[in-house]
Amino acid sequence: MPDWFIIFLDPNARWILLGCMLLGFSSGIIGSFSYLRKQSLMGDALAHAALPGVCIAFMLSGSKSIGLFLIGAAAAGFIATFGIGYITRHTRIKQDSALAIVLSVFFGLGTVLLTHIQHSGNSNQSGLDKFLFGQAASLVGDDVMVMSVTSLLLAGICTLLYKEFKLLSFDPGFARGLGYPVAFLDQLMMFLMVVVVVVGIQAVGIVLMAALLITPAVSARYWTEKLGVMVVLAGLFGALSGMAGTFISANGSNLPTGPLTVLASTAVFLVSLGFAPGRGLVSKLLIHRTARRRYTQQLASTAGYELERKEKAL
Amino acid sequence: MSDLWIIVTGALVASACGIVGCFLVLRKMAMIGDAISHSVLPGIVIAFLVSGSRDSLFMLLGAAGIGLVTVLLIQLIHQSGLQSDASIGVVFTALFAIGIILVSVYTRDIDLDLDCVLYGEIAYIPWNTLQLGSLDMGPKAVWGIGLALLLSVALIGIFYKQFKLTSFDPTFAAAVGIPVALFHYLLMSLVSVTTVASFESVGAILVVGMLVVPPATAYLLTDRLGRMMIYSVVIGCISSAAGYYAAQFLDASIAGSMVSTAGFLFVIALLFSPRHGVLLRKWKQRRILADAAAEPFV
Amino acid sequence: MNHSPLEIRGLSAAYQKKPVLRDISFTAPEGSLIGIIGPNGAGKSTLIKAVLGLIPRLSGDVTIYGKPYAQQRKIIGYVPQRESIDWDFPTSALDVVMMGRYGHLGWFRRPGGQERRMAMECLAKVGMSDYAGRQISQLSGGQQQRVFLARALAQDASLYFMDEPFVGVDAATEKAIITLLNELKQQGKTVLVVHHDLNTVKEYFDWVVLLNVQLVASGSVDSTFTADNLQRTYGGRLAILERDAHSELINQT
Repeated sequence: MPDWFIIFLDPNARWILLGCMLLGFSSGIIGSFSYLRKQSLMGDALAHAALPGVCIAFMLSGSKSIGLFLIGAAAAGFIATFGIGYITRHTRIKQDSALAIVLSVFFGLGTVLLTHIQHSGNSNQSGLDKFLFGQAASLVGDDVMVMSVTSLLLAGICTLLYKEFKLLSFDPGFARGLGYPVAFLDQLMMFLMVVVVVVGIQAVGIVLMAALLITPAVSARYWTEKLGVMVVLAGLFGALSGMAGTFISANGSNLPTGPLTVLASTAVFLVSLGFAPGRGLVSKLLIHRTARRRYTQQLASTAGYELERKEKAL
Repeated sequence: MSDLWIIVTGALVASACGIVGCFLVLRKMAMIGDAISHSVLPGIVIAFLVSGSRDSLFMLLGAAGIGLVTVLLIQLIHQSGLQSDASIGVVFTALFAIGIILVSVYTRDIDLDLDCVLYGEIAYIPWNTLQLGSLDMGPKAVWGIGLALLLSVALIGIFYKQFKLTSFDPTFAAAVGIPVALFHYLLMSLVSVTTVASFESVGAILVVGMLVVPPATAYLLTDRLGRMMIYSVVIGCISSAAGYYAAQFLDASIAGSMVSTAGFLFVIALLFSPRHGVLLRKWKQRRILADAAAEPFV
Repeated sequence: MNHSPLEIRGLSAAYQKKPVLRDISFTAPEGSLIGIIGPNGAGKSTLIKAVLGLIPRLSGDVTIYGKPYAQQRKIIGYVPQRESIDWDFPTSALDVVMMGRYGHLGWFRRPGGQERRMAMECLAKVGMSDYAGRQISQLSGGQQQRVFLARALAQDASLYFMDEPFVGVDAATEKAIITLLNELKQQGKTVLVVHHDLNTVKEYFDWVVLLNVQLVASGSVDSTFTADNLQRTYGGRLAILERDAHSELINQT
């Protein structure tokens, strides 16, 4: 039996592996839609905005229950998306600044609340700061159960509402014309993203959550022109990254799983960027070179033709 | 005395960030600022490992270099056909992940923990002073940020017209012979240097708050670029002073309170700005409607 | 030796991999209003940008009064398309016009009283003196275009390039702009204008450049702006065009 296989024998490691793969899978799926809607950084903002939500949920309840955290983060995420939309619609401030403002102010508030909780001497609070950078190693069976349920739910909703989500990403105006409840679908998609974010920050942390939402989806885009294929591929890339991250982390390197998962997905991205057929750099270079050669040939032949014509005229 | 030093440091951070941040907001590059503030982390760690200390010019330069690499990578990936926000997301998360891994590998060798990355250590700044002979020159951080601020003020002061025109109308700027790319990278270097200098006191994530929130607030208050820069410095300084006392009161993170205060001021400007405030505009619209309705009776 | 204000020889340019301009050559006569005309995607704006060195050229030479562009920047005025501008930028109309002097100021000098006076004069020429202090988003489309024109005037150039100056402006502004262009012509200056409206070509311009990736024809309006040449420029799309430019074309045939 190869060495790396040993981690399958440890039940804890199995949970972590499963958890990271499920997380990569579901964030890849939902990330595909947000990439196509040109809202890649929304996941980043939502992840940062989750912090004050989680802190307030803890302050009100005094317990570390993932269900309550989910509600708190969802509420904060809802306020954050509303804030970004409101600022861009009603002032001269553009979307990028609105995102940065909401992201940093929510995160600032979150750190104030978090440090306040830490200094207040509540004995139950320890471990709350694990949300910041995540700690995949602390995942236990219950967490993975929650992850499995949410992943299944998410995949189910995305399959059922596939054509609605597709149209919403491609042409929301037309979707509205068809009588789709666009605002509702919009909120639903945002809510699904919040769910993934809240489940994910336990494992990879607030900052790196954005990577799982963006990088696998972007990588998948390089390989296909079909949305369906892209979504599945993004899910697979995410799961693959989760698996690779866990393996490297578990094999004695003692490095944190979250950043390794992110780097694994970056590696997948680099391969896609370089070698994907049609869109990758290598294949683009080839196309470019052929086009240039054809163009110079064409120029030469027309020049020759002109010359010939002039000679004939003489 | 240490209160004063913390507030001074905060005010310097806010001023340095506010000045370069104005251009980030106007060039629609706020998220690039966010990306740089994250991706300097591996640069800082590597500079620690190479130079063995956290207060060298070498480190500032190294981090400025990493900032430029970030911008270049983002542009390269964007040019290969990816949406710009997605390429920002891919690049900065990857570099930040490398940074965290480096921190956790060398955590014993360097005096930098993840909390510092998040909140900065502004509370400890007064005790890390610069000694010149037997003379106490004040906190090192004040000197570092002060230098960064001086650099920004000098460069933006000298090349104000170039920075302004390349931000407003880059095509025209290129046509009259201003090297647009040069000023783009100069600005990015200033953002990187400012970020690194501020990093220790407010932490990676909150730097972006200082870079964007006060300039955006100022943007709602004035229609002149020069005034926008002055206002954002003033707003930044108020935020850091008020934030410090709020943090004392709540017994919470100072940097977090500073950014929260800036956010609070932003909301006030958003609602009540005489030019661009939402409430005032609504009120004006209502008055016009009321006038129009009243007219037939006059 | 007397050089033409603009001489283009064998100019080709490409975006990404698609050539958008192929082997363009013409020589612009001094002291004339020149219309650059062609269908969408014909490379009209690209031609201007390639001449001004804003996009890289694949091949070809451009000389301005006998010298390359980089040496002649100070005698060139440019009005870019308005679409790419962020009108919320914190700057006033006067400020924008003063930007026309930045090229002349060199690296370190700042705009001062002299530049301010000159900018005010240019604003007066386009009838916008009363709006000098206005933030630019508070101007109408026509007023914004006038400010841009004033900025080009402030460049005090001999050769002007204007990219669709008549798009999105009201009739009064269009008239004002054309009057101004004629004044420039009287002063012996040369103006190249990217233009869309075929109905006004004969009225506005002395000279035309018909463009569709390749140069179709260039020359005086009377000899060049013919139904035949337009047919070749616009290809199959002329069906719509004939209705628009009916009266003009009747005269030619």
